[in-house]
Amino acid sequence: MKRNHAETVLTSVPYLIWMVVFTVIPLLLVTYFAFTDETGALTMANLSAVREYVAVIFRSIWLAFIATVLCLLIAYPLAYIISRAPQRRQRTYLLLVMLPMWINFLLRTYAWMTLLENTGIINRLLGIFGIGPLAMINTQGAVVLGMVYNYLPFMILPLYSVMTKIENGLIEAAQDLGAPRSTVFSSVVLPLSMPGVMTGITMVFVPAVSTFIISRMLGGGSNMMIGDLIELQFLGNAYNPNLGAAISLGLMILILFCMSMLNQLNEEDKEGMII
Amino acid sequence: MKKRSWVNTGYIGLVMAFLYAPIVVMAVFSFNESKSRALWTGFTLDWYKKLFTNEVILSSLGHTLLIAIISAVIATVIGTLAAIGINAMGRWMKSLVLNTTYMPIINPEIVTGVSLMLLFVFIRDRMGIPLEMGFLTLILAHITFSIPYVILNVIPKLRQMDKNIYDAALDLGCNPAMAFLKVVIPEIMPGVISGFLMAFTFSLDDFIISYFVSGPTFSTLPITIYAMTRKKVSPEINALSTIVFLVVLGVLTLSNYVEAKREAKTSY
Amino acid sequence: MENLIVLRDIAVDFDGERVLNSINLEIRDKEFITLLGPSGCGKTTTLRIIGGFVEATAGDIFFDGVRINDLPPYRRQVNTVFQRYALFPHLNVFENVEFGLKIKRVPESEGSANLIKIPEAERRTMVKEMLELVGLKGFERRNINQLSGGQQQRVAIARALVCHPRVLLLDEPLGALDLKLRKEMQIELKRIQQSTGITFVYVTHDQEEALTMSDRVVVMQGGNILQIGTPQDIYNEPINAFVADFIGESNIVEGVMRRDYYVEFAGRGFDCVDFGFDPDQRVDVVIRPEDIDIVPAEEGMWTGVVESVVFKGVHYEIAVEGCGHHWIIHSTDYCEPGTFVGMKLTPDDIHIMDRELAEEQEAEGADEA
Repeated sequence: MKRNHAETVLTSVPYLIWMVVFTVIPLLLVTYFAFTDETGALTMANLSAVREYVAVIFRSIWLAFIATVLCLLIAYPLAYIISRAPQRRQRTYLLLVMLPMWINFLLRTYAWMTLLENTGIINRLLGIFGIGPLAMINTQGAVVLGMVYNYLPFMILPLYSVMTKIENGLIEAAQDLGAPRSTVFSSVVLPLSMPGVMTGITMVFVPAVSTFIISRMLGGGSNMMIGDLIELQFLGNAYNPNLGAAISLGLMILILFCMSMLNQLNEEDKEGMII
Repeated sequence: MKKRSWVNTGYIGLVMAFLYAPIVVMAVFSFNESKSRALWTGFTLDWYKKLFTNEVILSSLGHTLLIAIISAVIATVIGTLAAIGINAMGRWMKSLVLNTTYMPIINPEIVTGVSLMLLFVFIRDRMGIPLEMGFLTLILAHITFSIPYVILNVIPKLRQMDKNIYDAALDLGCNPAMAFLKVVIPEIMPGVISGFLMAFTFSLDDFIISYFVSGPTFSTLPITIYAMTRKKVSPEINALSTIVFLVVLGVLTLSNYVEAKREAKTSY
Repeated sequence: MENLIVLRDIAVDFDGERVLNSINLEIRDKEFITLLGPSGCGKTTTLRIIGGFVEATAGDIFFDGVRINDLPPYRRQVNTVFQRYALFPHLNVFENVEFGLKIKRVPESEGSANLIKIPEAERRTMVKEMLELVGLKGFERRNINQLSGGQQQRVAIARALVCHPRVLLLDEPLGALDLKLRKEMQIELKRIQQSTGITFVYVTHDQEEALTMSDRVVVMQGGNILQIGTPQDIYNEPINAFVADFIGESNIVEGVMRRDYYVEFAGRGFDCVDFGFDPDQRVDVVIRPEDIDIVPAEEGMWTGVVESVVFKGVHYEIAVEGCGHHWIIHSTDYCEPGTFVGMKLTPDDIHIMDRELAEEQEAEGADEA
């Protein structure tokens, strides 16, 4: 047998302990709280109580879905254009895409809040032309806008990183073989960028569906989402950690379910590519 | 061809305008005399002056930096060692550990935050250990969400490394510890550094997880900002953001320039 | 010559699979010995056993009479030139070569028990001398990725040799080089071996390389040693059809040993120089392509029709169909495809091999694979 392997594995022991204490046990605690009441007795009441919030859950999924689709539609052409640009310019564009992420997202969201307000800049500008004021803040549209704005870079970056690996030669080869632009796109660029699309969708959908800041700041009180609901159970007036844990558990399962669906899609795609 | 490139540039411009509009507005109004963010009343540097005397903002900025440095350093050490060990594991064990490692990355942040909060409450209330929400819990939480990023940055470097390099060091007289120190660590250093930087920036920027594990007496900058947005954000925060933005812009442009130069050098 | 390294019944299992099958091998001091075989034959594993990177599942390894099974690589008086060199990318040429010297501890003075580092000035001279020996003078400050394959190769050799090992292990060191450079480096390596007097254990799958450079060649297949001998022995007296075929392109046909010094194949009897087989024993007959002469049909011992002729530079490779076999013949004379020709042999061109032995080993080889 090879020497030194057993010793090398030992270097991961501190992390393994950390992982058990701070990742595994907390998730087990969430499960434990979800299935017990405040006295610690086993109960299904929390999980059945989640049913009362179906409207909130569907709203979260629906808004996150729209935001994800919009991000994909905006980011896909952008990532493609960047990936075909000259090397130096690619770097500059990427820098410009990443730069806003360095400003805390609370501040960026707050900036939108002041832009969209009834007395905000947009409405004032519109007022000059005699339009409005339009009710933009505290609408579902504002929530979606906030999500698209905050998570757009998470869609652009993975798309760019797979597209930049598609060699120009490949596209030229397809053209050389007589493929028109649309075929080059559908039979070369699209299938090869699929892994990036999947990563991007996950990276946008997961934070979007679970957000509580964006909905609170831009959606007002009437557009509550799953995240708000959870927050209320732990740090809000509704204080009920058992219910909060049950909703969190539901959210986790929802996300894992969506991700495994995406993975399956992706795998089928790969098989298709091999054939 | 010409027309297409105009369309491309125009499209990029449009998206960039969308990304930068709120930032520009924020920066411009950090020089506005009145507190309003819609009406321009005149130029002033007052908010910048006030920023440097605002105890609340300055102390939470200090807390944020302190927590980011401590947690990033610890996460980098633990994560790098972990990556080396995981890389040497058998297939079954490796996939088990890596999948568990992905959990905090895949999981919505709010779930990670809630689960850590439950853990800390459990430790305090049920185990009777006096662990108050604040500095220590923030550090523990930040290390927890940072380690996976370090591991994910280091493991590819270990995979790319020629395995014979470690053997070569042993062959030339190094014992295993020396071989790691002299050969393996320098070889995976780029991954370790990018892991550290990721851990550091995520820690600086984290709000959601911190929100659940911080106490009333100790808050980081994002938590302070959140508290302000519930009332009215004082323009000093705009000033701070503008400064941060300019610093980051400077650092990124510089590193971009250095990298471009280095690439130009090695490509020939 | 005395034995420096002895392998006794060394066996190695990887994940329950046997990759080395009770190997016995003696390596003499100051010799150039080559482990030759196709990929997966166990040659690299044997080398790594000597280097200390692989632990034997069974058997013993001795160095200078001392059992070293449990000695880790960094305590062995052996250095290695790795496949694809394994140079340290974060160090320059000078630092790579100096690496081992910085770790090495030497007696403070002759016979002293006090171990000290080699002083920097001394290290610098040693590295300079070594770089000169391998022809890389003036390359000290270069980065590794600025070097060509051949130059990296030389750095790897210098890095291993500067530590003055008793034995240098080389794992397919020329595999990544182009043909011309490979030929140059073969001569270079042989020169270095002779001038330093260090024992070289060389692993390759290139039979030509093995024959040109080695004092002795060890032919391996499927975790077994098939034959050990000088290049001449191996080439002229291969122990079985596998060795014969691996060492050089050969015609291998089935035959029957009618009596001592007389074998039947290709539909007729031939005089030969082999003896000691059972009467009427089935055997493999191996004939080298360059040993068959093409003659006019009426003068030939047997005949055939020329199928194809390929120009190979030094000679033509001619394929002749006759007596149920495709004969490969190397000749300097051109033959028109389609002509009817005769073929001729002398008795010592015929090599007779035990068929059962070959079959047995082939079956084992298949098991290992």
